[in-house]
Amino acid sequence: MNIPSDCRYTKDHEWVRLDDGLAVIGITDYAQGELGDIVFVEVDVDEGDEIGAEDPFGTVEAVKTVSELFAPLAGTMEAINEALEDAPETVNSDPYGEGWMIKIRPADEGDLDGLMSAEEYAHMIGADS
Amino acid sequence: MSETLQTTPLHDRHLALGAKMMPFAGFDMPVQYAGILDEHRAVREAAGLFDVSHMGEVAVQGPGALAFLQRLVTNDVSKVADGQAQYTVMCHESGGAVDDLLVYRFAEDDWMLVINASNIEKDLAHIRSLHAASGADCTVTDRSDETALLALQGPKAFEILQRVSDAVPADLPFYRFVRPAAGAFLGCEDVIVSHTGYTGEAGVEIYCSPGDAPRVWDALLEAGADLGLVPAGLGARDTLRLESGFCLYGHELTDETTPLEAGLGWVTKLETKDGEPIAFVGADAIRQQKAAGVPRKLVGFVVDGRGIAREGYPIVNTEGEEIGTVTSGSQSPALGSGIGLGFVPNDAAYTAPGTRLAVRVRSREVPVVVTKPPFHKQKAS
Repeated sequence: MNIPSDCRYTKDHEWVRLDDGLAVIGITDYAQGELGDIVFVEVDVDEGDEIGAEDPFGTVEAVKTVSELFAPLAGTMEAINEALEDAPETVNSDPYGEGWMIKIRPADEGDLDGLMSAEEYAHMIGADS
Repeated sequence: MSETLQTTPLHDRHLALGAKMMPFAGFDMPVQYAGILDEHRAVREAAGLFDVSHMGEVAVQGPGALAFLQRLVTNDVSKVADGQAQYTVMCHESGGAVDDLLVYRFAEDDWMLVINASNIEKDLAHIRSLHAASGADCTVTDRSDETALLALQGPKAFEILQRVSDAVPADLPFYRFVRPAAGAFLGCEDVIVSHTGYTGEAGVEIYCSPGDAPRVWDALLEAGADLGLVPAGLGARDTLRLESGFCLYGHELTDETTPLEAGLGWVTKLETKDGEPIAFVGADAIRQQKAAGVPRKLVGFVVDGRGIAREGYPIVNTEGEEIGTVTSGSQSPALGSGIGLGFVPNDAAYTAPGTRLAVRVRSREVPVVVTKPPFHKQKAS
């Protein structure tokens, strides 16, 4: 189970990595594994829109099931990963890299501290034993 | 009260292969190994091996077996020859479906029914109650626990089979089966190999004892590896059957759905070919429904654009009025689009292929086009 230590995590299995002042957001390796083959990623929030912490920002559709996506922190939508439109399977193959979903300019970078560390997330999903 | 999950004789094989397991019909079953899409494609292009040992098997034996089955199921079992299987339905008096099933005829007085795992108890109660009421001169025996079932499916299935045994003819016709002598098929004491399946591809289903199942599983996987054979789970089984437009009990077919509504009129024979009425349980209600007009019809659809119309989502017409419900929906690996089945009013305005409808997917309406399955043989629009 890949749980990079340079990310913060939510109980809904999103990860956040701060990169040059932007919060890059995707779903975790555990989440993609549980969902199985991902066939659509839909982001319902437009670039430039304000988004609140834990607000839904889209959905991820796997063959078997659909799952809602939630913003880990408040801020302004800065970018959407358009490449996922043609290659949603990237979320399965590279969830923490090319499979990123959105970038948010955080209202307060300090909000990241309220999210789980890699260690805490590993504990939550039972991957620390 | 917690219920312990049952396991199939191949459970340790699934765990060793790293399958993702999920409870299904009281069994701990493999949903996927490498991934649903990969397994699905393997079955369409080469072959897949499924463990479907959770299915139920019931022996019906005795001089009255044929007459009893003619009363039990909707299809005309008098047309089934020795060594032949038939797809059929059994109904309540209301015409609603108890289950869909396969009947296998070994001899006029020796039959096997193959029923859905989720319905084993309900089916047995239904069969036994009819058996008691009819006084039929035959026995009904649940053989589910003594029977493992493997499905080898795909265009390479028969080639793989030839590599492990010459006991099964390479040209075994569809819905025919063989029962090789003891030891003739991979050392199995008693085994049935039938040209049947639930994927829309050529292939066989292999009924054997639980003790023989792991050996058959291993031998097939090894023999077919270089031809592209992979283990395949229930996830791919579902996308394959949906692409083929096959009904799944609990979705397209239920206690409240008649076979006519579910598009299974072709296995619902109200009379023999000589014009004699067949008095199967539910025939009167179905005859009435046929005379009055079937109120709703199962249709297939392809999503036009992005999105997956899943089970339970409302089907709406172009005016946005709710006219029906999706019974099964998924992504078609072949088309790269969403596909599904659902009920709409039995009116050509809704059922004619090419008709544009929509499915309410959460907050938005996704356009769909009524399409006759099998979906994977359509050109993507």
